Amino acid sequence: MSAQTSSETGSIQTSETPLGRDDLARLVAKDIRPGSFVNLGIGQPTLVSNYLEPEQDITLHTENGMLGMGPEAKGDEIDEDLINAGKIPVTELPGASYFHHADSFAIMRGGHLDICVLGAFQVSATGDLANWHTGAPDAIPAVGGAMDLATGAKDVFVMMTLLTRDGASKIVEACTYPLTGVGCVTRVYTDKAVFLTGPDGVQVRETFGCTLEELQALVPVPLTAAPAVER
Amino acid sequence: MLNFIDTVGEAVAGIKDGSTVMIGGFGNAGQPFELIDALLDGGARELTVVNNNAGQGDQGLALLIKEGRVKKMICSFPRQSDSWHFDAKYKAGEIELELVPQGNLAERIRAAGAGIGGFFTPTGYGTMLAEGKETRILDGRGQVFETPIHADVALIKALKADGKGNLVYRKTARNFGPIMAAAAKHTIVQVSEIVPTGGLDPENVVTPGIYVNSIVRVNNSVKAA
Repeated sequence: MSAQTSSETGSIQTSETPLGRDDLARLVAKDIRPGSFVNLGIGQPTLVSNYLEPEQDITLHTENGMLGMGPEAKGDEIDEDLINAGKIPVTELPGASYFHHADSFAIMRGGHLDICVLGAFQVSATGDLANWHTGAPDAIPAVGGAMDLATGAKDVFVMMTLLTRDGASKIVEACTYPLTGVGCVTRVYTDKAVFLTGPDGVQVRETFGCTLEELQALVPVPLTAAPAVER
Repeated sequence: MLNFIDTVGEAVAGIKDGSTVMIGGFGNAGQPFELIDALLDGGARELTVVNNNAGQGDQGLALLIKEGRVKKMICSFPRQSDSWHFDAKYKAGEIELELVPQGNLAERIRAAGAGIGGFFTPTGYGTMLAEGKETRILDGRGQVFETPIHADVALIKALKADGKGNLVYRKTARNFGPIMAAAAKHTIVQVSEIVPTGGLDPENVVTPGIYVNSIVRVNNSVKAA
């Protein structure tokens, strides 16, 4: 374990407390580069859309054939022919476009999406992602578009709690759940820290409610503070 | 040969036991409920069905599964909060499942319609869904060989057809319709409206009529915003 102390690097703790789901979504939203084309996964990642600012000019993609997806539809806006990947009624924004499923997945698979944000069961030290199947014998497997997103987007951000309900780290040396993609995750946003993953191991950009040393005690892979330029 | 057919029952009457049937739709959007109900009434059995999901609630594809007409599902996302009929059949070992990443599902269908014998893709490389498949390193990335999915019949839903069988769709109900229309030997389309030839702007046609065999108009008023 090689946690550097804050005295060596300057503190990277940016919050006195762990981040809640909405604070985390706000942080992810802030980190999305202006003008990006983005796909938000089902569940927690969907919250990110609540915090995108109009001046960021972000275009949201939904796998079922649309760019320019707007907020969830309410009341009279609900149209059964206009839904998102989670099958929730949504709206269209000016400049939206519709296309068939092979084109929609070519947008992912052809490397045209800038960022996708996904939930995860586990992320490995080298950015392997496990988020689609527990592998339990009685579980019905369902993969949807997760493997295409993980493999195709230029950047794959994961949003998750750092620890399972049992207190085990979801950042692991090697995933024990079935993989979604190999070496695909570039950043992991958790309640306790933001991690940068890649071939060089796991770097920590910032921590919330803990020091890097305290974080290292929770995570079974070597952590280093990211260079200031990465923060 | 293009036929305009009066009833959904006549439209699906030629579907034989053991057929592979592509059914359009993503969740309920674009799902051709009236054609599926007619297929259920028609009694065809031992079907292999290609759809993104495996039925929702107590309608459409879910009922076809409930009634034991489906031998095998080829889909990407069978497990949903309301997929109880599939769940029961699967747990009872009464239905076979070929689980396919959604982009591979779409591209394998597209490949069938485009005469492509197979393709390599990074999706699924290194995962259990690539086990047993040929792999290569291409452009520095691990890639998996995937084969086309052909079908005897496609059942799809479009908004409008013209007299030449050209189709336009509505919003995200388009989804798998255009690629399934091209991939199946016989494509049956339910539409809300049939317009005269020349009534669709050729620039806006999504599925050209060459892919379409049978068209039936159904009275399903789309709940529009």
